[in-house]
Amino acid sequence: MAAVPLDWYLILAGLLFAIGTVGVLVSRNAIVILMAIELMLNAVNLTFVAFSHYMGKNDGQVLVFLVMTVAAAEAAVGLAIILNIFRTRESVNIDDINLMKW
Amino acid sequence: MDLVGLIPLLPILGFAAIGLGGRWLPKKAVSILGPGVVGASFLMTLAVFFQLFSLPPSERRVVTSLFSWVVAGNFSVDISFLVDPLSMVMALVVTGVGFLIHVYSVGYMGEDPGYRRYFAYLNLFTFSMLCLVLSSNFLLMYLGWEGVGLCSYLLIGFWYEKKSAADAGKKAFIVNRVGDFGFALGVMLIFTTFGTLDFGGVFSQAPALSTEGGQRIATAITLLLFLGAVGKSAQIPLYTWLPDAMEGPTPVSALIHAATMVTAGVYMVARCHALYLLAPFSMAVVAVIGALTAIMAASIGLVQNDIKRVLAYSTISQLGYMFLACGVGAFTAGIFHLVTHAFFKALLFLGAGSVIHALSGEQDLRKMGGLRKYMPATYTTFLIATLAISGVPLLSGFFSKDQILSAAFFSPQGGNFLWLLGIVTASMTAFYMFRLFFLTFTGGCRASEEVQHHIHESPHSMTVPLMILGFLAVVGGYIGMPHALGGVNAIAGYLAPVFADLPHLPEPSLGMEYLLMATSVVVAFLGISLAYFFYVRSPQAAERLRQNFLYTLLLNKYYVDEIYQALIVSPIVAGSRWVWERFDLGIIDGAVNGSARLVEKLALRGRQLQTGYVRQYAMAVVMGVVIILAYLVWG
Amino acid sequence: MDAQILSWVVFLPLVGIPVILLLPKQRPDLVKWAALGTAAADFLVSLYLPANFDSANPGMQFTVTLPWIESFGIYYRLGLDGISLFLVLLTTFLSMLSIYSTFSAITEKVKGFYISFLLLQTGMLGVFVALDVFLFYVFWEGMLIPMYFLIGVWGGPRKIYATIKFVLFTMFGSLLMLVAILALYFLNRSATGGYSFNLFDFYQLALPLSIQVWLFLAFALAFAIKVPMFPFHTWLPDAHVEAPTAGSVILAGVLLKMGTYGFLRFLFPLFPNATFQFIPLLAALSIIGIIYGALMAMVQKDVKSLVAFSSVSHLGFVTLGLVAMNLQGWQGGMLQMLNHGVSTGALFLLVGMIYERRHTRLIDDFGGLTKGMPIFAVFFMIITLSSIGLPGTNGFVGEFLILLGTFRTNPVWAAFATTGVILSAVYMLWMFQRVMFGEVKNPANAGLPDLNFREKAVLVPLVVFVFWIGIYPNSFLKNMEGSLADLLNQVNRRETVLRSLPSQSWSEFLSAGRGTRSQAAVPVKPSP
Repeated sequence: MAAVPLDWYLILAGLLFAIGTVGVLVSRNAIVILMAIELMLNAVNLTFVAFSHYMGKNDGQVLVFLVMTVAAAEAAVGLAIILNIFRTRESVNIDDINLMKW
Repeated sequence: MDLVGLIPLLPILGFAAIGLGGRWLPKKAVSILGPGVVGASFLMTLAVFFQLFSLPPSERRVVTSLFSWVVAGNFSVDISFLVDPLSMVMALVVTGVGFLIHVYSVGYMGEDPGYRRYFAYLNLFTFSMLCLVLSSNFLLMYLGWEGVGLCSYLLIGFWYEKKSAADAGKKAFIVNRVGDFGFALGVMLIFTTFGTLDFGGVFSQAPALSTEGGQRIATAITLLLFLGAVGKSAQIPLYTWLPDAMEGPTPVSALIHAATMVTAGVYMVARCHALYLLAPFSMAVVAVIGALTAIMAASIGLVQNDIKRVLAYSTISQLGYMFLACGVGAFTAGIFHLVTHAFFKALLFLGAGSVIHALSGEQDLRKMGGLRKYMPATYTTFLIATLAISGVPLLSGFFSKDQILSAAFFSPQGGNFLWLLGIVTASMTAFYMFRLFFLTFTGGCRASEEVQHHIHESPHSMTVPLMILGFLAVVGGYIGMPHALGGVNAIAGYLAPVFADLPHLPEPSLGMEYLLMATSVVVAFLGISLAYFFYVRSPQAAERLRQNFLYTLLLNKYYVDEIYQALIVSPIVAGSRWVWERFDLGIIDGAVNGSARLVEKLALRGRQLQTGYVRQYAMAVVMGVVIILAYLVWG
Repeated sequence: MDAQILSWVVFLPLVGIPVILLLPKQRPDLVKWAALGTAAADFLVSLYLPANFDSANPGMQFTVTLPWIESFGIYYRLGLDGISLFLVLLTTFLSMLSIYSTFSAITEKVKGFYISFLLLQTGMLGVFVALDVFLFYVFWEGMLIPMYFLIGVWGGPRKIYATIKFVLFTMFGSLLMLVAILALYFLNRSATGGYSFNLFDFYQLALPLSIQVWLFLAFALAFAIKVPMFPFHTWLPDAHVEAPTAGSVILAGVLLKMGTYGFLRFLFPLFPNATFQFIPLLAALSIIGIIYGALMAMVQKDVKSLVAFSSVSHLGFVTLGLVAMNLQGWQGGMLQMLNHGVSTGALFLLVGMIYERRHTRLIDDFGGLTKGMPIFAVFFMIITLSSIGLPGTNGFVGEFLILLGTFRTNPVWAAFATTGVILSAVYMLWMFQRVMFGEVKNPANAGLPDLNFREKAVLVPLVVFVFWIGIYPNSFLKNMEGSLADLLNQVNRRETVLRSLPSQSWSEFLSAGRGTRSQAAVPVKPSP
């Protein structure tokens, strides 16, 4: 079985990351933004795993676990915040949530 | 000589006891303690004086050091006292006349609620004055110098609830500080020049300054020191505080502003004669300032209506005489006049105090008169003092004034002009003193009925000191009776060890001396007769004199106070206020607050970046990443 | 205890803080006594220092050295010499008295006040004994925080403005100083290869003039603001007017001395060549400060701001004495620091006492107080006289030595500075007259109670020092002479040696690397 070249992984990760970034920038829905961020994190995870395999070291795979836990925590906290905001403002549109300005 | 430390110590102990004892101390105890310590101090001074006298003349200079005061690097000054003929003369006058005035004060201030405070201050004054005259270095002298200034301030403003008294005290202190400014700089220059402040060290090294450059330093030192003397001894241009100082209790005027403190300048100049002799220019300045002050103050004294102010101007004028003497090199004559002046001027002030006491506080000559029959003791003693100051022969003032005038005439540093100023002043002195005398004691009484009813002779505690001083004012002159009149001039011989380094003046011809003497007697009687004419024979003539411009000018003291106020005091105060409001608050603080406001403005602009839209922040982050990446790839 | 005596002195005030925290809130009196007890204990412990001080030894005594952040060369290094000895004593002494003076003035947030005060005390003491520059900086900045609260919480109507102004001014200077300290650290590292914040290591750096100038300016600005020298003085009147009495006492009595202490301990020995270059500027600013402060004091309407401006004038004397660069000037300057602490501290206490009675400080509101308050009048008069430098009081000895030292350096400076002596009499006596003399015109001034026991107990020790220093100053001069003479020699010697160095830029110096130090083999006493 011929190994998939590293470049392909990186291209895929780059695409995923770009999609995530665009998602964060263009979406107004907080939940969608959260999912887009998840996508960006997983793009990074993919590069970690790819490099780990390519270099023959396990550090990258360990880091992926760390990132996954952080992502899970972040999703939990983020969803909790969004839930709370929705309860008070009846909206998940982040353009409505602009109290923290001058 | 070990007793010398006790001389100033006793009065300061008295001050401490009365000051700390306060209300717990019964009034009686204060009456004993206050004069007592000064009397004891006088006895100590006498003891030391006789000890000194028992030494051969050339060894009459003893320094007693108590402890080292300030030591910093190579600068070292001790608390140490110098006993020599000059300091002993001064100490005797200070404690002797001082004691009499303390005793007098027991009667004069008896009813005053501030009785304890008064004696505490008076003792403190005696202490400071003794430090001044007994010190053996310039720094301790400076301590006494400023200390007497302080006491003068406290005692002039003794009745502090009166604004004029508080003002006068403050004025005295500040004007004196202007003089002290010079004195302090002089002391520093002495230290940098000689490396010591001890009289012995400084004066023994003084001859080294006889070079060209050295003379310039000597001139600088002596002029700076003289500025101090001008302030303390109320000479032109710093005399304006002394007439105002009459706001204080009268015995204070007698002690501080006539007999002792104001003569400190003369003492200092005489003490530093070794330096002055090296600086002919300074000598000339001293002589001219002295002569001008003498005649100017006498001219103001001609027309003043306040009994104490007349005496104050008289004091300024007589001090001018003493400086004239020092300036022409006749230091002995200056000190001699200082001593006789202490007697008769203290007597005049105390007599005036007795009069004021009798008239329930009245000081205006126009509301006195005819007191002769009510107050015989005061009248007699006052007459003696008036005759003495006017230069009537055979009384003390005649001898000392005559010595000064003759020195001014014969000395190489003197001259006809200075002598002329002196002789004119002498006749003015006779005039204003007898004007005062006639207005007070002769004619009818011009006081109100109410006041007249209370006129009484003063108690013994006041009249006895008057009589003692009267006696001294008569005989005091004989310690300096000139050779021309068959005397031995004891004081000159006594002071000779101190002034041994003075160049010998050419012995004037006897005939000339008699001529000068006769002249001064004539002008004195001229002055007296004029006073008699105007104030006893035809008072209408005196009224007519009031109409002219010169009279107004004199009555207003040449407007010097007003000029100082307008040219110095007001501009400084107004200028400072302006600087505070415009510069300190306006510019400096304005810059500080302005920069704070600038930051605030910038922040107001800058915070608009914080829009509150999360997506904009995210966009900014992405843009930032893109830029950094671009830099890393292509930069 | 013996080896760690300085640590005890510095940190003993902190011991009082948990005690105060544990005391019940309803019993402010207990809190006050606890604070006073702590300060008094600290004062008593600090008396160990003069008792065991060896005046023949000019170097550091009672030294403490413990590792702190070793990898950066930061040590906990304390020591005391003749320069810091009396400043430490002044701090413990004044802190004790001012805590005692606040018993009636502080009624709100009592615990917080005394905790801040004790923290402040530790900070001040630390500044005077720290020999590690990093440690010094920690104390220097740390002390700002409690002072910020003292003015900002317990102050007068414009307290927020005043306290922010005070902190910002000081911060501005100290941050530049921090940069300069770091620069020294790296310069030292490139010269020796070692990591050190030891002040004595910095003393041995052979810095070329071009570098010294910049570091000098940074340090000088920090200290000049603290002193404060003209024109950096405008924070002082505001801070004083708004601060509570005890805050003013400490501010004037101790905090200002940190600036002048910094001149002696850091500025002159670290940058001797730059110092000599800038002496004319420093002298000019000092003289302007003397005269300007006095003139401004003359026209103030508020007694406290009058005293504040008089501080500007008095501190001008101190800095003038220091830049005279001779022993008389330095000893006079050191003595004048103590004098100013005693006299101005007492003046603020006195003003606080009438403020508590009348709730005003405007001069025009007073008049004739002597009548009803004779004891107060006596104290006020003595302190006034000491402030105007009357011989026999402390002010005279200091001022005279300063002027004498200045005269030896430059008679013209001395002549200008001496006018300050005249002006001080003008503004103090004029104020005294308007407040104390005259008739009682305002009925509110009639029947004011005279000083009570506590107030007298606070003032008497200060008056004792007024006369002690005035009559027998040698007990103070003797102890500081050795250290000052030693430091003076060092500054002069280093100045001559370093003058011959070629001018180098920063990068040249840093890249020159090791060996720079050996080029200028300056014989300096080894660090402890």
